[in-house]
Amino acid sequence: MIAYLTRRLIQAALILLGVSIITFALLYLLPADPVRQIAGRSATPQTVESIRQQLGLDQPFVVQYWRYLTNLLSGDLGRSYIQRSEVTELIVSRLPASLILMVGAILCELAIGLTMGLIAAAKRGSATDQTLMVGSFIGVSAPQFVVGLLLLYVFAVQLGWFPIGGYGTWQHAVLPSLTLGILGAGWYSRMMRSSMIDVLRQDYIRTARAKGLARHAILFRHALPNAILPVVAMIGIDIGLFMSGIVVVESVFGWPGIGQLAWQAIQRVDIPIIMGVTLVSACAIVLGNLLADIVAPFIDPRIKLR
Amino acid sequence: MLTVSGLTVSVRGEEGERAVVSDLSFTLARGETLCIAGESGSGKSMTSLAIMGLLPQPQARVSAGSIRLGDLDLTALSEKRMQAVRGNRVAMIFQEPMTSLNPVLSIGRQLIEAIEVHTNLSGGDARARAIEALKAVRIPEAESRLKQFPHELSGGMRQRVMIAMALALKPDVLIADEPTTALDVTVQGEVLELLRDLQREQGTAVILITHDMGVVAEMADRVIIMRNGRMIEQGTITDIFERPQVDYTRELLGAVPRMGSGRAVASGKSAEPAKPAAVAEVRELHVRFDLHGGFFGRVTRRVHAVEGVSFSIAPNETLSLVGESGCGKSTTAKALAGLLPYSGDIAIGGRNLAGLGRDERKAVRRDIQMIFQDPYASLDPRMPVGDLVAEPLLIHGIGTPKERTDRVAALFERVGLTVDQMERYPHEFSGGQRQRICIARALALRPKLIIADESVSALDVSVQARVLKLLKELQSEFGVAYLFISHDMAVVENISDKVAVMYLGQIVEMGRSEQVFANPRHPYTKRLIEAVPVPDPARRRTRFARLDSEIASPVRRVGDPPAKLLLQDVGDGHLVAAH
Repeated sequence: MIAYLTRRLIQAALILLGVSIITFALLYLLPADPVRQIAGRSATPQTVESIRQQLGLDQPFVVQYWRYLTNLLSGDLGRSYIQRSEVTELIVSRLPASLILMVGAILCELAIGLTMGLIAAAKRGSATDQTLMVGSFIGVSAPQFVVGLLLLYVFAVQLGWFPIGGYGTWQHAVLPSLTLGILGAGWYSRMMRSSMIDVLRQDYIRTARAKGLARHAILFRHALPNAILPVVAMIGIDIGLFMSGIVVVESVFGWPGIGQLAWQAIQRVDIPIIMGVTLVSACAIVLGNLLADIVAPFIDPRIKLR
Repeated sequence: MLTVSGLTVSVRGEEGERAVVSDLSFTLARGETLCIAGESGSGKSMTSLAIMGLLPQPQARVSAGSIRLGDLDLTALSEKRMQAVRGNRVAMIFQEPMTSLNPVLSIGRQLIEAIEVHTNLSGGDARARAIEALKAVRIPEAESRLKQFPHELSGGMRQRVMIAMALALKPDVLIADEPTTALDVTVQGEVLELLRDLQREQGTAVILITHDMGVVAEMADRVIIMRNGRMIEQGTITDIFERPQVDYTRELLGAVPRMGSGRAVASGKSAEPAKPAAVAEVRELHVRFDLHGGFFGRVTRRVHAVEGVSFSIAPNETLSLVGESGCGKSTTAKALAGLLPYSGDIAIGGRNLAGLGRDERKAVRRDIQMIFQDPYASLDPRMPVGDLVAEPLLIHGIGTPKERTDRVAALFERVGLTVDQMERYPHEFSGGQRQRICIARALALRPKLIIADESVSALDVSVQARVLKLLKELQSEFGVAYLFISHDMAVVENISDKVAVMYLGQIVEMGRSEQVFANPRHPYTKRLIEAVPVPDPARRRTRFARLDSEIASPVRRVGDPPAKLLLQDVGDGHLVAAH
């Protein structure tokens, strides 16, 4: 177990190194010039040049990257070009909000998606099944800003159950989590349904029925643990999907997370923040996958970590 | 105890409802064993599922008749009340022990849950009852087994767990649907004996469903023969075997391959004096699979699937590899067909494969073709069968399209199909017909050697007999050699000139068919032959040959290869390993 974890963490570090090189290179090749953004339109060429030298952006790519990497290894993500503060500070202050959103979204999508999939599979071919699958299709295909605005209109504006936007209490988190979760719920319900249908066809389900077990025992004790495995693996990968969703949802709901931070940074070519947010997202994805792999053997004893 | 009268089971298909079991009536007395025998599609499994109330929903239903257990009509019970009967008064064991247990739940959990659902026992008492049940099926170290998961047990062990689960509550009726079909012969014997002993102790009435007349002869008090959903004959075991009344029963019994009947043919052939050059020559074949482990994923252990196997096959000759699952017989065949990396020497038609380049190897490979076990899975469902048979010709660039079509047409006629069937798709054919298509495909390149890996195992006996006859005819016509792989000793004896018995990747005995079968010298060979159920109730055994222990594992640490068995000639080319 310890050997396995060590190996996986070394792999994770290598992945993050790769991500940092690729992102840095892409930003370097970007036609937009960060110095122009900082200096403003009216700046003289001399000012522009001095800022460029000050930021070290006149150096060759390899030198720039090397400096970034050595700073990174000592925990320093650099300073924001525009906001005049440490990137680490900015991310740390924004991260909790995004984590709350992410946890809320995962809970929403699991609760909605798994329940829908389970019911659809148990009542396969019925009108319930068809209705649920149409619902999941809508969930998958509806754009998130539309879903977000719709939820806002119905539950915040019309019904007044939840606040319209902002951050602070758990009520604030409900609608953004739901918006993010609905997309995932659509995927999970389809996956859960097909996985469950597959499991219900297995010989051991027939054995369970032959024992005289009641239907709920067969569904929850015998079928569910087998059917949920592919879904667990999916959650790990899903965190990547969240990152793109978070940018949209945070701006619809005015949620002060790293999604908004990233959005502002991209508009102003604030390279240190873009780098920082990308690395944090990559970290989340890698850890999410690792977590999913660690959980798997507890569900299926045939899986061994090596 | 159980009375089935006028039972009709209908299945809804595309063309409306169709009866798969029609007007079936029988009774089952306490402590009796009733065998329902018949070929695939005869409705025997549907009958058992109907009794259990487990017919596939919503397609199948009992459309007429009744099933009475004591004074309870099972067909009229609600699902809720049926749940109380299932597993409690009527229990069932299934064909596939490998997939019939839930992989994510421990053996103990699955056993105890079966007990708890029908009794009010406390957790501790239910556990004690489960241990008792495991002991009854002679599972060693029963208590520690409760914590194990199904994948940690062998097929035979899993089937015992299934039996323990079914018998833990001492049901009135036990339905065993092909309980030993998926097991090796030596394990089959143990499981059958176990069933018989438990039945004697508990007085359970048993319905045994099987296609194997050997198992019927070994187990049954009474027999029902079914065909196309109808009972065509029933009677006591001696009546059925000695005085069958119906032609179909006679045919069925006639088609059963019997040990001892193939000897005359085999010995006549092997008496030919001239010994032509071998078609295939295998020397010191090794196939090992690496298992990775540890921090850097180094090779820590190896599966020694095939360890130093040597044999040769002459034209017009059939060599059979026999042995139980995991002995390396299929791996040997795959290495020979070039489907696996191996070490050692394989020469085909005198040319050693090791020294050849890619193109030459492809040309040599033309001389070896394979026929697989499952005729359903080995034909691409999206291609017309004519194209499937022509494909090897296409791959090797032989002939014009017209010539290919002609050759395929000739092959179709030769294997007993018609030319107009070439345009059809695999799903339109029966299992036997599909295997004929596979044979035609294998013959298309006029190979020197055909490897038949369990090629008749999935077929009904009557179909099996016809396919075996076809294979023999084709051999004398084309002079093709066969490497025949089977676990079925009776079939092997009937078709082989030479037999090699494999155990843990090595050959323990090899010789002409009559040498090995009439005079087996190695204890493992003897045990294999003794374990085969004989389709003759007069020769029923009280005790089956029993394995002293589970077959050892071929997985070994690196640097610890198994000892090489030395084969000794005990006379006239009959090779036996020292033991």
